[in-house]
Amino acid sequence: MKNKLITALLGGMLLLPAAVTAEPNQQNTVNIQAAFEFSSLDPTRSGFVFTRMQVLETLLNVDSQGGLLPGLASEWSIEDGGKLWRLTLRDQVHFHDASLLTAQQVADELNRGLNKTSALRGLPINSITANGDNQVEIKLSAPYRPLGAALAHYSTAILADAAYNDAGEVTALIGTGPFSVEEIAVPHKLVVERFDDYWGQKAQIEYASYLTGHRAEARVLQARSGQADIVFGLDPASVPMLKRLPTLEIVRSDLPRTLALKLNAGHRFIADQEARQALSLAINRQGIATAILRAPDAATDQLLPAYMSDWYLDGQSEAYNLEKAAGMFSQLGWNKNSEGWLERDGERFELDLITYADRPELTTVATAVQDQWKQLGVKLNVNVTNSSAIPSGHSDDSLEVALIARNYGIIADPLGILLKDFASSDKGGDWGSLNWSNTWVPETLNAMVSENDTARYQEQAQKIAAALYNERPLIPVASYVQQTAINKRLSGFRFDPYERSYFLNELSWK
Amino acid sequence: MRLRDLLLKRLLQLLAVSWGVGTLTFILMRALPGDMAYRIAAGRYGMDAVDSDAAALVREELGLDQGAWSTYWSWLGDLLQWNLGNSLVSGQPVSESLWHMLGHSLLLAGAGILLAALIAIPLGLASAHHGGWLNRILLTLSTGMRALPVFVIGLLAVVVFALELNLLPVAGFGTPAHLVLPALTLGLSLAAIANRVVHTEAERVFNAPFYEFAQTKGLSAWQAFLRHGVRNMSVPVVAFFGVQLITVVEGVVMIESLFSWPGIGHGLAHAIFARDIPLIQGAALMMGILFVLLNTLVDLACYWLDPRGGQLA
Repeated sequence: MKNKLITALLGGMLLLPAAVTAEPNQQNTVNIQAAFEFSSLDPTRSGFVFTRMQVLETLLNVDSQGGLLPGLASEWSIEDGGKLWRLTLRDQVHFHDASLLTAQQVADELNRGLNKTSALRGLPINSITANGDNQVEIKLSAPYRPLGAALAHYSTAILADAAYNDAGEVTALIGTGPFSVEEIAVPHKLVVERFDDYWGQKAQIEYASYLTGHRAEARVLQARSGQADIVFGLDPASVPMLKRLPTLEIVRSDLPRTLALKLNAGHRFIADQEARQALSLAINRQGIATAILRAPDAATDQLLPAYMSDWYLDGQSEAYNLEKAAGMFSQLGWNKNSEGWLERDGERFELDLITYADRPELTTVATAVQDQWKQLGVKLNVNVTNSSAIPSGHSDDSLEVALIARNYGIIADPLGILLKDFASSDKGGDWGSLNWSNTWVPETLNAMVSENDTARYQEQAQKIAAALYNERPLIPVASYVQQTAINKRLSGFRFDPYERSYFLNELSWK
Repeated sequence: MRLRDLLLKRLLQLLAVSWGVGTLTFILMRALPGDMAYRIAAGRYGMDAVDSDAAALVREELGLDQGAWSTYWSWLGDLLQWNLGNSLVSGQPVSESLWHMLGHSLLLAGAGILLAALIAIPLGLASAHHGGWLNRILLTLSTGMRALPVFVIGLLAVVVFALELNLLPVAGFGTPAHLVLPALTLGLSLAAIANRVVHTEAERVFNAPFYEFAQTKGLSAWQAFLRHGVRNMSVPVVAFFGVQLITVVEGVVMIESLFSWPGIGHGLAHAIFARDIPLIQGAALMMGILFVLLNTLVDLACYWLDPRGGQLA
């Protein structure tokens, strides 16, 4: 009996799904580790992993400055005063199932996206139709300048017809990229294989594997041991140690992601822009960037990074100045009480801050801000919750202050994101302003989508950047720096600041 | 109680547990603060893409506006047809996700328990037989090991076997080598208590009059151990391992996330963050069923080991 039990247990263990020996091995596979899971095969949900792993491709691509490049569409033209986009598809593009890319298929795919959470949803699109075999026409009800960037977004990636079942659900990842799917285990493992019929630069490496490494420590250990070849999102504290290893190269890249405090500008304590300016002055950004983010040059008091130059005020920055901040509050009638808290008409200056734990530094930065504002006399209660609490708190007005990490490069043209953040409703935007009294900014942003004069566009962008800077609907704290470890057995690594691709087809073994 | 009665009783228990666990999970999830549609949208689209628009889409698609009762009844109706529903986040059938996660958890738990038994039984027997310094050293080691949080044991194992000796992978899954370190971590942590249980039982048996008599009547030490020792000391040990197995299946979140192991503990934690109620209900249900099944198996094993009482619990 006992023997039988043991045999049954061992037999059961062998039958379980883990012990699969796949063809890819340590020698022929580039092992990639990053923090993010993919919850579904649908590109409108988790397409970021599939375009980064180069299984799926979009009609257009972007360069490191956000400029549009040809993708599956080799050329495009904007006609009818910006209301008609005509995209010409590349010839002889094969999907991984050997079928050919056609204009009809692309039109169908983009139309499907209109009803999901793709980057096309909510845009002034009248129709998307195929014109012959290789042209797709997008007709708009009004010109929309960031459409090109939306067509480069992962949620608009093109799948083969065979990828869908009858109910319109994605059941397989059949794309056109330089890699096809070898194995996929939602939500954490994706192994891809070189696709030899790729239209562009064919890959040299045979396989690449993506594995979600939830814990930053575990990812660092993977890099250190050489078991992962590329590790994204290194914990800043571990970087000096990894830099000393002869087997690794550490690449530092700036990301268009900014750590900022979202403020409810309708709250009676911070409705005055002087109050918001004073709160901004009381943040020691240099201290936070040095001690927590370990990247002193990441400190910034502007929302968009310097390389998005249209939206960045050159030479503008204000240093930490607690005294000046206290003086400004005193002019607004706030004075310290016996316990050291600011008080006005018997009411204490107390705010609730919410943040989320998806990014480990957010909680630490939140408590640093709590301590720095305490010196000013502002009592900040920190509450760590889920990222969804920010849009939820925005919609029911319960949000007072939130510490967020906002990616201004989700859509390669920041105008698309700024529209969402500052002009999506009268209140502002889920991840942008809340009850900010400025109406000029949303109006100008809306007008800019049809602006064809580049000089005028830049001028308006600068004015908006100045308004954001002076009126502080959000208080920026620091920008993000991505540290990536690459094993020296690989060459050709390049980082995409828009995080659309890992450029695996440019990698080779040394 | 006869075997058939026991199985019948356990089947009824199974039904009661399934209903109770599912219902309780449903009530608890509904009682959590925060808007469900937003939570699910964050789980589906990631933190950069969650906004009111995505939440509205989720609310509309999943019919979250309908009342709690109608959602509950439809869940119960589906359950009666062996349908656990689809995940709110991925849209995949819950049974598929559960099979993937539970398979990995059982594999890890089985391997961990096996390692724990391989470590704990010889050490427990040796310390009971030898006593003295060996016992004191093992007691100290066991206490120390137990006092360490399991992820510290895991990190130490990674540092030694993966980084210094470069023998095993740091984390991941897919090959047998990936199983070794998480199973070892789990095995060591479990063996810390298990070897003391074995020790106590072995000591009790070694000092029992019947055992002394077995030797007096002329059996060699080895014969006495095999014929009168093993069976007598194994009942509590088997019961202990049985109970451990179930806590291990659900309680290894730390090990799973440290080693990127796609088990049910980790999956459940993520499902709770994302308010993926069908997945949470399905996972809780499977755990409940597993608990009853394992208890039944342990009872049967104990009955087979010690049929004297004739009572099956």
